[in-house]
Amino acid sequence: MKSLEELRAIKEKMQSQVNMRKPEDKTTRIVVGMATCGIAAGARPVLNTFSDLIQQNKLDSVEVTQTGCVGLCQYEPIVEVYEKDKEKVTYIKMDAERAKEIFEEHIKKGKIVQKYTISTASLK
Amino acid sequence: MFRSQVLVCGGTGCTSGGSTKIVEALHAEIAKNNLENEVNIVTTGCFGLCANGPIVLVYPEGVFYSQVKVENIATIVSEHLLKGRIVKSLVYDETLDKDAIKSLNETNFYKKQHRIALRNCGVINPEDIDEYIGTGGYEALGKVLTSMKPEDVIQTILDSGLRGRGGGGFPTGLKWKLARNIVPNAPQKYVCCNADEGDPGAFMDRSVLEGDPHAVLEAMAIAGYAIGATQGYIYVRAEYPIAIKRLEIAIKQAREYGLLGENIFETGFNFDIGLRLGAGAFVCGEETALMTSIEGNRGEPRPRPPFPAEKGLFDSPTILNNVETYANVCQIILNGAEWFSAMGTEKSKGTKVFALGGKINNTGLVEIPMGTTLRTVIEEIGGGIPDGKKFKAAQTGGPSGGCIPPEHLDIEIDYDNLVAIGSMMGSGGLIVMDEDNCMVDIAKFFLEFTVDESCGKCTPCRIGTRRMYEILEKITKGQASMEDIDKLEKLCYHIKENSLCGLGQTAPNPVLSTLRYFKDEYVAHIKDKKCPAGVCKDLLSFSIIPEKCKGCSACARVCPVGAITGELKKPYTIDTDKCIKCGACVSTCKFGAIIKK
Repeated sequence: MKSLEELRAIKEKMQSQVNMRKPEDKTTRIVVGMATCGIAAGARPVLNTFSDLIQQNKLDSVEVTQTGCVGLCQYEPIVEVYEKDKEKVTYIKMDAERAKEIFEEHIKKGKIVQKYTISTASLK
Repeated sequence: MFRSQVLVCGGTGCTSGGSTKIVEALHAEIAKNNLENEVNIVTTGCFGLCANGPIVLVYPEGVFYSQVKVENIATIVSEHLLKGRIVKSLVYDETLDKDAIKSLNETNFYKKQHRIALRNCGVINPEDIDEYIGTGGYEALGKVLTSMKPEDVIQTILDSGLRGRGGGGFPTGLKWKLARNIVPNAPQKYVCCNADEGDPGAFMDRSVLEGDPHAVLEAMAIAGYAIGATQGYIYVRAEYPIAIKRLEIAIKQAREYGLLGENIFETGFNFDIGLRLGAGAFVCGEETALMTSIEGNRGEPRPRPPFPAEKGLFDSPTILNNVETYANVCQIILNGAEWFSAMGTEKSKGTKVFALGGKINNTGLVEIPMGTTLRTVIEEIGGGIPDGKKFKAAQTGGPSGGCIPPEHLDIEIDYDNLVAIGSMMGSGGLIVMDEDNCMVDIAKFFLEFTVDESCGKCTPCRIGTRRMYEILEKITKGQASMEDIDKLEKLCYHIKENSLCGLGQTAPNPVLSTLRYFKDEYVAHIKDKKCPAGVCKDLLSFSIIPEKCKGCSACARVCPVGAITGELKKPYTIDTDKCIKCGACVSTCKFGAIIKK
């Protein structure tokens, strides 16, 4: 190592990994249903997509976790987004692509992606 | 990238509880569930809550599993890591609030702690330099080398008010300033680190080295730059194999990255660090003895002055700081002297790490701001005394310190307050004693330790401590007279004033402080021939209360010397001449019919 820049580069690279270990206040929580029904419907790629995007974009205040069966197995994979002082938003029938869309629109810009929410999406 | 981080404690406590096997099992189960690319398993240093080890912490949820066994791993992986269902039966009960999981920082154990020296312990993998850099590691060294003059570094440490954490409490900045200036143009200077933690019951230096070794290396390099030294030595006791292994790895990685060695950050500054292993002599924690030992000689102290700042290792100007002292340095450089001096009391700044041990629920490692009361440490953080027993005293400073009685529980912990009540900060061992501990016996225990560890160079310590021990033994056997107490006290002051080094000068402290606060116990041993706590065997006698005895013969069957006799279904009796006072009968009796007094 020759310079401070090189040191900073290593720090950048490690940041996402280490920052997860700070029990700080998170303002947003993304919860992916990972019961048997969720996993069978393809919840794991959804979970991993969110997790990767959060870390790549260094959004330390956003937490991605799993939960068990939400009780609406036919709509799995289900993703719930909890934001501080806001109502919970439930997205259904997720996949990795849709997860990216939700990340870009909802998580980054704060715009709920209505077409995937449980209240408006086609329930068939 | 990983979506989850599983932290497993790899400190000495949890390792002896089987955490190495837990890590192996985790790897196997993770592979079985195809989660290798999603879950990162990290072996860290000590979390502090050693009483509840082995500990496994899962992020991002921050779920704290305690007392984990290898058999539990399959469940944790398939339930929690795969399906997101927290295994509540294994969660540390203090973090479980009905059905919700509370953050660790809300538990009594962590709530009032403030971690500076321990900030990376239980957070990063100490064997991976990248993780250390990820938390801001080596930034302080970079800042110092590229933008600060050595004088500025010393001034920052002086302004911060940092004092030696090994127990003495000497201002660290002043030590550095003396070493920089006292010998102009010294051809060679040295930076040493005292990791010869020898107090019974103290393990904070070990935990820092095991959990965050790079913090110590970085601080030593900063100290080297400040005083003008190019070589450092860490003197660590050979009984700390995990600490030694991690230090070796850390030094190797730092050299590979060019953070130790020549021309660091291309600034022309050279600094390297070597390890020297101590053979376990307590006296080698004393600075001159430690340096004599590094030089390859028998570890014996020498008179001061000259002080090490002038003539230390290999007769060159040397600074010697304790592990915990170094662990604060980088944070002071990064956050500024004001940040540090804003914490603590008027004359003791920052935090102090204590190793809680003895009769306390949360045995482990805590870091508290100076000025926290002893009551907070014992009752809140430490979780109080097991089995509802009554607090009797806390011993700080190990064999060099003294005990603190209940009337001083509300004292604010700092260097000067502890000295004022006859104890000392020491390196941070804090042993809690309850009503079942005999204070004369405790004093004897510490004296036995110093008698063993006295290096023998000076007479007051070598012979004086032995005479003290003999008097204490007489007292605990009920053979002493009141005159012996006076003799003992006189001897204490004589040894304190005439010993060559800190070992002898402080050895009488446990006796003096127990005499000060618990003289009645000494008197009870001498005048009434009784040990009020029921510890000193020679003063005990066992007897059976006939009204309570059911004549079940259980005691007679466990008595190893056949001292208990009787007829079934009638009260038994103990032959006190035969009785060896082992207490086996007391713990066997189901009816509480046997008493010792």
